[in-house]
Amino acid sequence: MVDEGLKIELGKQGVFVTTIEELYNWGRRNSIWPMQFGLACCAIEMIATTMARYDLARFGAEVFRPSPRQADMMIISGTVTKKMAPQVVRLYNQMAEPKYVIAMGACAISGGPFKQGYNVLKGIDRYIPVDVHIPGCPPRPEALIHAFMTLQKKIAGQPLTGEGRPRHLDANAPGEFPVPVQGAHDLEPSANGLVWPLPATKTRT
Amino acid sequence: MEEIKAAIEAAVPGAGVEIQTNPSVSGQHSLRLAPSHAVEVAAFLRDDPELALDFLSNATGVDWPDKEIAEKVKVTRTVTKTVDGAETPVEETVEETKKRVEPGCLEAVYHLFSVAKGHGSVVIRMKTANRTDQVELPSLTPVWRSAEFQEREIFDLFGIVFKGHPDLRRLLMWDEFKDHPMRRDYVEPDDFEYEPTAHDEVMKRAQEHRAAIAAEARGDLASEAKLIEEGPGA
Repeated sequence: MVDEGLKIELGKQGVFVTTIEELYNWGRRNSIWPMQFGLACCAIEMIATTMARYDLARFGAEVFRPSPRQADMMIISGTVTKKMAPQVVRLYNQMAEPKYVIAMGACAISGGPFKQGYNVLKGIDRYIPVDVHIPGCPPRPEALIHAFMTLQKKIAGQPLTGEGRPRHLDANAPGEFPVPVQGAHDLEPSANGLVWPLPATKTRT
Repeated sequence: MEEIKAAIEAAVPGAGVEIQTNPSVSGQHSLRLAPSHAVEVAAFLRDDPELALDFLSNATGVDWPDKEIAEKVKVTRTVTKTVDGAETPVEETVEETKKRVEPGCLEAVYHLFSVAKGHGSVVIRMKTANRTDQVELPSLTPVWRSAEFQEREIFDLFGIVFKGHPDLRRLLMWDEFKDHPMRRDYVEPDDFEYEPTAHDEVMKRAQEHRAAIAAEARGDLASEAKLIEEGPGA
């Protein structure tokens, strides 16, 4: 590992020192292509974010891909109904690793104002792993950009080996997440236990 | 309203139209149609040159659950009483509370307007025989095309089966879904999780879950204590 001060000193002399990990993560984090799909009103803010005023292209994410096979990131932009949830999980499964998820808005992270309803999923993190949650109804484009920068920081901090390495470098990590079945009364199962533990309300008295 | 009723009865003999008054301030009275003649009456309402109700703006459902009505009835009874040492029969009026169950039903409500004449709204409604097995009503989609999706929604959420509907499938919920969520007796799936501002029914459910979790934790403690007592090898 090269000392940070030495690195800067060498840079002044015209010598560029880096590590494979740094270079690899730099490349990964600056070319995240989102998937082109929106679910509800948050999608309008997502569209605004990509337009010239907020310009998500500054972060290397201007290319919204219409196919999950070509996308690196899924922005869950809006309410996920129980009717739509299996399709969202299926689309996520069809994306190639490495893949990331931003849950955008109150509905996507928890069900939001529809939480007590019969037809809205209480957060997409019940079925797929979410990297960044953004609260807001809907979140402003700045919030989406902030979430994006948070995701970039997360990618930059990922080691390529050992504990905490990205899923595509871990042969034992799950590549596919079970798609819930639309049952007679509710989605079955109502949550994927691997990604969504029940909230820790279990207190010992 | 009376005029419309008279016009319907003149055009469709035996239509069985009743006026249902609305006692509230808005006074939106409505016509209750007999399901057997509903399509003919609806066609008349649309085609009559005076009424020309050519636009169905809204169709919705109402669930009327079985209602228990307690009524106070005065009953006269002969009671033997001791008056001045001698037993004499005395007539007495007693108030008794009688309970009867008014059977529930499902109802479809349609709001009609006339674009040609610029008047409306005329509200028509139809009731099913009961809430369980006789839930069929004639579809008004052949008369007003805009009823198609709205009747599908009523079928989905209330469970009214519209006879003569061209494409009666669920609209909002998935095909495998069995319940009708807008009925009063619908029980939603219990996928409770932490709720920061619980109130009313949600709070009741939150307390139930908290009790269940506490019971489970006590069970864990008991089993752990047993483990300590007996040792890990036991």
